[in-house]
Amino acid sequence: MNTLRHLLIVITAITGVSVAAQQTPAPSQKGAITITGATAHLGNGSTIENATIIFEDGILTSVGNSSINPKGTLINATGKHVYPGFIAPAKSLGLIEVNAVRASNDQDEIGDMIPHIRSIIAYNAESKVVESMRPNGVLIGQITPQGGTISGSSSIVQFDAWNWEDAAIKTDDGIHLHWPSTFRRGRWWAGEPRGYQPNKNYTKQTQKITSYLNNSKAFGMGEDQPANESFKAMQGLFDGSKKLYVYADGEKEIIDAITLSKQAGVDQIVLIGAYQGYKVIPFLKQHNIPVLVQQTHALPNSADDHYDLPYKLPKLLVDGGLLVGLQNSSMSNFQTRNLPFYAGQLVGQGMDKETALQLISGNTAKILGLDNYGSLEVGKSATLFISEGDALDMMGNRLIKAFIDGRDISLETHQTELWKRYMSKYNQK
Amino acid sequence: MKKNILLLLVLCISHIGISQEYFPKNDGVKENTAHYTAFTNATLFVSPTNKIENATLLIKDSKVIASGKNVTIPSNTVVIDLEGKFMYPSFIDPYTNFGVKNPERSSRGGRSPQYSASREGFYWNDHIMPEKNAIDHFAYDLKTAKAMRNEGFGVVNTHSMDGIARGTGVLVALNDQASQAMRIIDDALGQHYSFSKSVTSRQSYPGSLMGAMALLRQVYHDANWYEKGNIPTKDRSLEALLKNKNKVSIFEAGNKSNNLRAAKIGNQFGVNYLIVGGGDEYEMMQQTKASNASYIIPLNFPDAYDVSNPYMASYLSLEDMRAWNQAPTNPKALQDNAVPFALTTFKSKKPKDFTKDLLIAIKYGLDKTKALEALTTAPAGMLQISDKVGTLENGKYANFLITSGPLFEKGTTLHENWVQGTRSVINTMDQTDIRGSYNLALAGVSYTLEISGEASKPKASLTKGETEFSAKLIYKDNWITLSFTDKQTNDVYRTTAIIEKNTMSISGKAVLPSGVETTFTANRNMGAAKAISDKNKDITSTDVLREIMPITYPNVGLGNSTQPSQQTLLFKNATVWTSEVEGILNNTDVLVKDGKISKIGKNLSSKSAIEIDATGKHLTAGIIDEHSHIAALSINEGGQNSSAEVTIEDVVDPEDVNIYRNLAGGVTSIQILHGSANPIGGRSAILKLKWGEDADGLLYDNSPKFIKFALGENVKQSNWESYSRFPQTRMGVEQLYVNYFNRAKAYDELKKSGKPYRKDDELQTLAEILNGERFISCHSYVQSEINMLMKVAEKFNFRINTFTHILEGYKVADKMAAHGVGASTFSDWWAYKYEVNDAIPYNAAIMASQGVTVAINSDDGEMSRRLNQEAAKTFKYGGMSEQEAWKTVTINPAKLLHLDHRVGSIKIGKDADLVLWNGHPMSVYSKAEKTIIEGKTYFDLALDQQKRIAIQQERNTLMTMMLNEKENGGKTKPPVKKTNKNFHCDTEF
Repeated sequence: MNTLRHLLIVITAITGVSVAAQQTPAPSQKGAITITGATAHLGNGSTIENATIIFEDGILTSVGNSSINPKGTLINATGKHVYPGFIAPAKSLGLIEVNAVRASNDQDEIGDMIPHIRSIIAYNAESKVVESMRPNGVLIGQITPQGGTISGSSSIVQFDAWNWEDAAIKTDDGIHLHWPSTFRRGRWWAGEPRGYQPNKNYTKQTQKITSYLNNSKAFGMGEDQPANESFKAMQGLFDGSKKLYVYADGEKEIIDAITLSKQAGVDQIVLIGAYQGYKVIPFLKQHNIPVLVQQTHALPNSADDHYDLPYKLPKLLVDGGLLVGLQNSSMSNFQTRNLPFYAGQLVGQGMDKETALQLISGNTAKILGLDNYGSLEVGKSATLFISEGDALDMMGNRLIKAFIDGRDISLETHQTELWKRYMSKYNQK
Repeated sequence: MKKNILLLLVLCISHIGISQEYFPKNDGVKENTAHYTAFTNATLFVSPTNKIENATLLIKDSKVIASGKNVTIPSNTVVIDLEGKFMYPSFIDPYTNFGVKNPERSSRGGRSPQYSASREGFYWNDHIMPEKNAIDHFAYDLKTAKAMRNEGFGVVNTHSMDGIARGTGVLVALNDQASQAMRIIDDALGQHYSFSKSVTSRQSYPGSLMGAMALLRQVYHDANWYEKGNIPTKDRSLEALLKNKNKVSIFEAGNKSNNLRAAKIGNQFGVNYLIVGGGDEYEMMQQTKASNASYIIPLNFPDAYDVSNPYMASYLSLEDMRAWNQAPTNPKALQDNAVPFALTTFKSKKPKDFTKDLLIAIKYGLDKTKALEALTTAPAGMLQISDKVGTLENGKYANFLITSGPLFEKGTTLHENWVQGTRSVINTMDQTDIRGSYNLALAGVSYTLEISGEASKPKASLTKGETEFSAKLIYKDNWITLSFTDKQTNDVYRTTAIIEKNTMSISGKAVLPSGVETTFTANRNMGAAKAISDKNKDITSTDVLREIMPITYPNVGLGNSTQPSQQTLLFKNATVWTSEVEGILNNTDVLVKDGKISKIGKNLSSKSAIEIDATGKHLTAGIIDEHSHIAALSINEGGQNSSAEVTIEDVVDPEDVNIYRNLAGGVTSIQILHGSANPIGGRSAILKLKWGEDADGLLYDNSPKFIKFALGENVKQSNWESYSRFPQTRMGVEQLYVNYFNRAKAYDELKKSGKPYRKDDELQTLAEILNGERFISCHSYVQSEINMLMKVAEKFNFRINTFTHILEGYKVADKMAAHGVGASTFSDWWAYKYEVNDAIPYNAAIMASQGVTVAINSDDGEMSRRLNQEAAKTFKYGGMSEQEAWKTVTINPAKLLHLDHRVGSIKIGKDADLVLWNGHPMSVYSKAEKTIIEGKTYFDLALDQQKRIAIQQERNTLMTMMLNEKENGGKTKPPVKKTNKNFHCDTEF
């Protein structure tokens, strides 16, 4: 504890204790930066020991071994680890600050099919919750409206910005569709049993979705159509410029959702959830469907399920040859800083560490269509961080530096400030 | 039909109104009859065990005069010869709501909960209504009476099924012909209870099962105090309770564990409840027997699930499938274990379904005599009405059945059900059996008529040479109506005829297709009637007994088929995390013997021990979760701002699969805390996760006593619509505590003075806190309230034991250390409420740095199974050392729970609650390979693999059985999905 105290005093002396609401966004990268000596985890499945990584103007210009000549500012990261910034899909970060405070809630608009509802314009770049993602290495997120059947359009942002325009990496990248479930909760107040029972309206509900898809496609084919923002928002689904993110967990729901969406002409479909996805791997493979699987830190859905089914679920899908990323859409936003540990859990299930890393970096970028992020490769954005140890393990994840588009971002947060403030209070005694 | 029965009644029996001899009669002259009715030559069951062949039953008016072989029949007797027939006492249903309308749900609106009672002059809680008498709400129900009589019932006990204390019942004879004066046998039979609130009131308390239990206990305390004359005002509820206290107390518990909960309350207050069970007692037979209670058992065996759609079927739990498979064995299990029981139609959809299920129960081993007892002498004895009904001895009501053969056998027809000497014909025995083959002559044409099927409901088929006609036969009240249609011409022939007794030929009137009326005759060919119906054939094909799956402990998919046994274990060459000053010991052996840690050292050996090679593995003490909500049926009793009278120990759920999942995460002990719905919550249950034990087996023996307090937004009800309960601010929270502790102090002083005092479970609990006998674990968030509670405690000379959650503890860590309170916190939760704005993951490290004993808890069934990883976060955030971080989930919570002398570290003499990890215990990459409690292995990766295979196989077996059931025409219902139960502090139950 003594060393900690000293460390704190040093840090306090350097940074000074500020009580600002939000860390000031870092300025653009000026001059080349070279990280040397670290183990580079590229996010594409491979590593480079004793790596040399150079980035200029926010772009990676060299990623290789120690034979590369450093350039510009040197960061000696010997014994440390470098990772691409982690990417959190399907979250409402920045759309809600405090779950219980209604006034802070901008994540769920009323209406059942509202694809024209756009998350990006409500994204709070100064959210304290968003800020708390960064010290764990989560630097990018797909900001997603919640609720309803078609909840709206998501956008992808980076987590160090003055405002939503600054933050945006890719706006209106996809539309989020919550597929109905074959089971529904009993309406106990109407005298039904409390448990789940078959949803008699399932077919009616799915037909409503397919007809909405068909109608919006027809809208796009016609000329001189009246203004219809919601149908307009759907058009990208049919020309491949937008992705359809379909939330489904059951075998039947997954098959229905994908078959019916494809039949309606949707080009790019991503499956979100997929609790029973491991039972329909050949189907998903045949249709070339990438999966953003639920976080590993979850309870099994059924009493008879293997206790570790949620732990190993992503591995089952990866082993089946699918393109897989991790999301925690059902969790509170603050939990998203645990994204690296969801991946780490898979290593205990026998997954290779670098493969596990891909599930929150390279694979996710591919699935979201983020060509410039997610891996440490020349030409891509220098969105990366240096950790003292293994960033997928709580015992190793300690960031010392992080960069978004080459900008040297602050790793301080409201929380680190309070930590320092109160430790200094006790140290005064 | 009805008219005919009436006619018969007038003919057969004497006038019923004898009890009304003093009533005037203005619609005729007043005359009495005094003749007898004798039933002769029957096989008579005077009682289930007293069978007399060729017996006579002599009745007069509503009562039995004599029964047996040597009965003298007076001259003025109507004699009914029942040669070949059987007679039994009619059945008694001891638990119904016959004729009592269910009260209507309160329509009193308002979104805000109602905290006080709606009534005056009664007990303070609307759900306690012992003053209610079912007779005031009773109206004889002809329709149900008939349906019940058709199944053999003669007498039912009924009451208003509403509320926790429900008042008295009514014993009614199902005698349609009598007046209430005759058929109401007892207008105030028994006192009724349940755990369910009344629908007539919105009063919030009790909002949980444990609250209902606590309320009942307090009612008994208060009745006692009232009885002694200590309450100056009038309480009509308590007065009724006291007035009726010698009546039988009937408790609708409703399932195997609630049965035991009811019995537990009964034992405490010397009330021997007659318990209405759930039909699942077979799962906990030992405990059911040990309760020493008598039971009323519903028969309502589940239908099979329709598993033909594999997608839907995959959601079914083994637990639910087993219930279908095993439930029919419940009556047999009760019988085999000599548990006294009666049967009831209470849960059957229709009385008819009861009979169907009864036959199934007999098929699965319920003895027929036992079944009859459970419907006659057993309920009569339990309801203390054996002097009136249950057997056919002299002086009892003439309630009896006439059947064609022995009861509960296929093919036996229930002919008549006599109630209080009043006859009801169910299936007439006077009607001639007309089944056979006939030559039918009509308008010069000869047809072949076949009459088959059931004797009382025969079917006809008609042919002329090769030509088949579609024929329809109705046989009722000794008349047949037969119509048949020529399928090609659509010509319809209609006939009708009266059937004379024992006739071989039928003749009557016919109407030809032309409309011309004529006559017909049908002469029976020689040869026996075709008695075997098609329907009976169907029954025999599904008559095969299905294989019954073995019961596991608990009886869910992951249950144990055998309980783990205590072993002598020697862990060799482990990395041992002692959680003691010894720190981490490399290459060390640990010997476990008699459930304790026996030796720690190098190169240990033991002849009797099972050696476990732990090379490269880590051995730690079992994880302790100071704040859990798994394994409980309810968490919050939020119906009042203090609920110190409730205890989670009352509602431990040993079947929660999260126990097993926690074990798989290395957790061995948990404290189930009450929720945070109110400033003073309920008492805790502290468990060892001995999966397979019952609730009592999970609880710590000599458990330290704890209670949950709570501060902040939840107790102020900030985040939902409720504006009427004090307190609504943190200011009010303080004053609530001060008030309660002042009262508890006064209570305790009075109690200690030796003077009489009113027993109050709530104040008693709070007095225990003041006396240092009970410890507070307080849900807390912001620094002001944390500080406040410490000051309140100091004012009353005690200290707070633990602040749980304590998310701003880091702001007042120095004050906490000075007060001597411990902290049990989340590793990294925040942002879910306004009051956790300043919650930081460095909290644990900061508090520890100031000398506070810090634990990491879960408050969540998911996180609890990875508390090792959560402990690692204290290393990540704020830099606690590895060893100190590990203590936050082992010895530190043990200290906070006052259990550190028993568990929490690896130390000689402590309980052998251990976890073997395949790697560093705090690494996200590691998993528990074995979890051991007191030397018994409760989780083991290899055993888990076996369980997976067993579950898969059993699911498959049961699904196949259910598919066969459907194939064979059995009833099925759609699959259901079990909800995943994950309770938190603010779960409202």
